Amino acid sequence: MDQPEQKIKLTLPETTVEAAEKKDDGFTGASVFEAKNVSIYYSAFRAVTDVSLTIHENEITAFIGPSGCGKTTVLRTLNRMNDLIVGARVEGDIHYRGASLYERSVSPTAVRRRIGMVFQKPNPFPKSIYDNIAYGPRINGIRNKGRLDEIVERSLRQAALWDEVKDRLNKSALGISGGQQQRLCIARTLSVEPDVILMDEPCSALDPIATGRIEDLMHEIKSRYTIVIVTHNMQQATRVSDRTAFYSVLRDDKSDTRTGVLVEYGRTAQIFEDPHDTRTQAYVTGRVG
Amino acid sequence: MAAVSNQPTIDLREPGGWRRRKNQIATFVMYLAFVIILIPLGLVIFEVIAKGAKAISWQFLTNSTIPPNVMPLGQGGMGAAVVGTLEITGFAALIAVPLGILGAVYIGEYGGKSWLAKVVSFMADVMVGVPSIVMGLFIFTVWVIPRGLNGLSGLAGSLALACLMLPLIIRSTYEMLRLVPNHLREASYALGATKSRVTLTVVLPAALSGIVSGSLLAIARAAGETAPLLFTIGAVESTNTNLFSGATTALPAQIFTNALSPYVGAEDRAWGAALTLIAIAFILLFVARIVTARFTRYAR
Repeated sequence: MDQPEQKIKLTLPETTVEAAEKKDDGFTGASVFEAKNVSIYYSAFRAVTDVSLTIHENEITAFIGPSGCGKTTVLRTLNRMNDLIVGARVEGDIHYRGASLYERSVSPTAVRRRIGMVFQKPNPFPKSIYDNIAYGPRINGIRNKGRLDEIVERSLRQAALWDEVKDRLNKSALGISGGQQQRLCIARTLSVEPDVILMDEPCSALDPIATGRIEDLMHEIKSRYTIVIVTHNMQQATRVSDRTAFYSVLRDDKSDTRTGVLVEYGRTAQIFEDPHDTRTQAYVTGRVG
Repeated sequence: MAAVSNQPTIDLREPGGWRRRKNQIATFVMYLAFVIILIPLGLVIFEVIAKGAKAISWQFLTNSTIPPNVMPLGQGGMGAAVVGTLEITGFAALIAVPLGILGAVYIGEYGGKSWLAKVVSFMADVMVGVPSIVMGLFIFTVWVIPRGLNGLSGLAGSLALACLMLPLIIRSTYEMLRLVPNHLREASYALGATKSRVTLTVVLPAALSGIVSGSLLAIARAAGETAPLLFTIGAVESTNTNLFSGATTALPAQIFTNALSPYVGAEDRAWGAALTLIAIAFILLFVARIVTARFTRYAR
């Protein structure tokens, strides 16, 4: 029983290498998101311009780039979180599994039930650990105590947190460490069994050990979920992701405005080892940014 | 030891001169201010207890007939006023607390930048500064006068106190809602919650302790108001348990009338009523602390 599990562990770091060996025309999952010529505005300010990319099923896609390049903005348009910001507007086409995300008839609530999000700063509710996880199922109408217990345990196990908190499920979620809080937030996202998980710099507030745990966790859950992660940490992108999108800032000196653009998108190994664009090369080799 | 003593001594004390002197002066001024603010607070409570304690007895608190001013202490009691205060303030709270909280939720969570939210918010700000006697006159004009003598009732007093409490509750609740960090709302939205869900299950629980203490402060403040009651409840000398019909009385109204009287018995009763009122406010705030402590169990 122990033997195969260990083997899986050993092969984990090689996932990116394997992915690199596959050609782009090799096996890829169905497309989950298809963005075409997407521009995102905050009132009159154009934050991101002309982004087109396809995100694939059961892959981890990383968004990298310097500050202000709009990677978080793009991420937040994928589950319509930007709707919460007054003045935010999206132009162009984003399809999620064939359905247009910004169609008038689409309910943001229904979108977010399928596409969950983990934020930069761990943001557990000021409730007990149990109630944090049970929150999502409860708003979806699950009231049965036995069913909720089951979901809480399953979600915490998936997030590799169960053993650490199983004896204090009724204690405040704010009493556990930052890394545990972030895994709790991931467990909370998993509790509603989403299709996609968006992660906005989930490790930027964490130490390397907690970061490593979350990266392991991402590898473990990726067979069942599609993950998009924004990260400032290029090593993290190489460690966890199958594909990488590099964004950059386009400055307009005349009007003194900056807008984010998608420079290059491809297999992670290709982006880091054989970038086609000089800007990508400058960034991934650490000369810029 | 020897190795240590060989080294030159470093002076780690605070630098001397004007900088140290400034620190001492500022510290002294703060302590002084603390003592000075204790003086009025302490004297008020001391005076009320010293003069009111001798009036307090079970009979004083419950006897339903307030004796004429000439009668000495020990006859009758303030029961009628205690009942009146509890009823009038309680019903005012019943009107103003839900209305105020809902109004603040509208301004804070739903209205956003709409003109209606701005108007409500601005009016609430203005009303906080309106003297309480204006609230009394307002209810007197629109509620009491059209009904003639029947207009004087506990209900009219409750309406006046509710007018007084409403802006205070809107203001304090709104401030508490603003303190709820946005990332909590986002966490809930990201799980597919609707706006009403976010408000009910995340925002209000997170702000609850502040809302409860703000509301109870408003209630305590209203319980002690005299001016809004002067024109609205009449001031009778016996218990009227019916809030909706007939003149009634309340502790602040009794303090007012008895304190104006030259008779020793009446003055003693006024002090006793004042002490009773302070005790009610104290109990209310004490309960508020316990309630909020229970609700904020998970906030740490």
